[in-house]
Amino acid sequence: MSLYSEKVMDHFRNPRNVGVIENPDGVGEVGNMKCGDIMKIYLKIEDGIIADVKFETFGCGSAIASSSMATELIKGKPLSEALTLTNKAVAEALDGLPAYKMHCSVLAEEAIRAAIKDYYDKNGIAYDSKDFPEHGHEEEA
Amino acid sequence: MIYADNAATTKMSRAAIEAMKECMEEDYGNPSSLHSVGQRAQEKLSEAREKIASLLGCLPAEIIFTSGGSEADNQALRSAAALGAKKGKKHLVSTAFEHHAVLHTLKKLESEGYEVTLVPVGEDGLVSPAEVERAIRPDTCLVSVMYANNEIGTIQPIPEIAALCKRKGVLFHTDAVQAAGHIPVSLENVDMLSLSAHKFHGPKGIGLLYARRGLRPDPLIEGGAPARGKRAGTENLPAIMGMAAALEESVLHMKENAEKMSAVRDRVIAGLSRIPHGILNGDAKKRLPGCVSFCFEGIEGESLLLMLDDYGICASSGSACTSGSLDPSHVLLAIGRPHEIAHGSLRLTFSEETTLEDADEVVTKVKEVVEKLRGMSPVWRELQEGKRQYFLR
Repeated sequence: MSLYSEKVMDHFRNPRNVGVIENPDGVGEVGNMKCGDIMKIYLKIEDGIIADVKFETFGCGSAIASSSMATELIKGKPLSEALTLTNKAVAEALDGLPAYKMHCSVLAEEAIRAAIKDYYDKNGIAYDSKDFPEHGHEEEA
Repeated sequence: MIYADNAATTKMSRAAIEAMKECMEEDYGNPSSLHSVGQRAQEKLSEAREKIASLLGCLPAEIIFTSGGSEADNQALRSAAALGAKKGKKHLVSTAFEHHAVLHTLKKLESEGYEVTLVPVGEDGLVSPAEVERAIRPDTCLVSVMYANNEIGTIQPIPEIAALCKRKGVLFHTDAVQAAGHIPVSLENVDMLSLSAHKFHGPKGIGLLYARRGLRPDPLIEGGAPARGKRAGTENLPAIMGMAAALEESVLHMKENAEKMSAVRDRVIAGLSRIPHGILNGDAKKRLPGCVSFCFEGIEGESLLLMLDDYGICASSGSACTSGSLDPSHVLLAIGRPHEIAHGSLRLTFSEETTLEDADEVVTKVKEVVEKLRGMSPVWRELQEGKRQYFLR
């Protein structure tokens, strides 16, 4: 299908890091069923590094591919670096997404932020609230 | 590859291709020209018109060729609205699960000062004639109800609705795009009917509006007057020839094709019904011979289609996700499926070429894909762990 790039199709067909982490250090879930997209990210943190990451996604092909790519991009990275991941970087790593599917990459970014925030909250780690803006579920370009 | 998206469009029949080819090679004239080449084209046009009329059971003059079903729907609604306005009747009745060609035209008419009542649809995907009757007011100028729904395939009680409209003195239009060529279509008490050739193995870009004698539909396209002022522009003769050939073949083989397709359909329905937490959309019996529509809980339709395509099955979904909207199908919402379920829809529409072996393969592949997607769905996990309530048993 030429709707998506080969990269998107590859990550959709063979999603990386799909699954759950038992007793995760951080969990983030974004999206809602009414809109047809839910992403859940599980993190295992060791010494400020993302030692393991898994995802579960209910959504379209590009939502699954975005989650898969986003987990690849943050795996093994320090939390500080994972926080700099943008939806554009996810989309670019997938060789682009159709304009009306960009919200999938936004969800992936938000899910990772939510999981990191969960880890900070659970462990009483101070953070800059600017890193965790409140999101509605609108489309972004 | 198994093509199971015949409600979107069909493969052209050999007869239709040959008819078009012959027309393009031999009868290239403009039917409005006075010379012999033009007159030969005019003859072919008349023949095609007569053939179609006899297949539909109407008069040749009652057929207006259009660019397809959407144009026919637009013209039918606009014509009835204009006629109604002359009599101070500016109310139209239709249903909540019509094709967008009807719904969007109605929206436009609303913005132009008309009132519209959309009759609700039952969970079985059927419109109740009593509900239609209740919606009719003294100022109603048109009732428009589709013959068969394009997404879930349910066949509507058109003869009853047409009869009650006649009794009430209200014009009745039916969008028969999915029905024509597949099931017997009755014109009794029907004032206007739309159909489209590419849904029954004809070419794309051609369809027609049947308008009962005495009705004068407003032209949507102004210009010269080849078709008695109804639609300007030189007729698309090759496409008309192709449509006539395709319709003839479809009507001729309707019974045997319907039997073949129903067998495939029922086998797929039986197979997919074994997938837990899924549901058939629309009445199991009052449906088009080739149409199956299901919702599966815990997954989303676009990924389902994409993966099925990977597995060699071309299907479709009620999900509007692919068109960029986050809203699920208005048809599934109309029959009462909640948003959460409506996102996980699958439409399989077969043709007479689909075999029982294909049916089995479709069932196997759909099961596999549903399982695979559920395996990575957080929603499915929560349902399984009892953290979320199932909608579907």
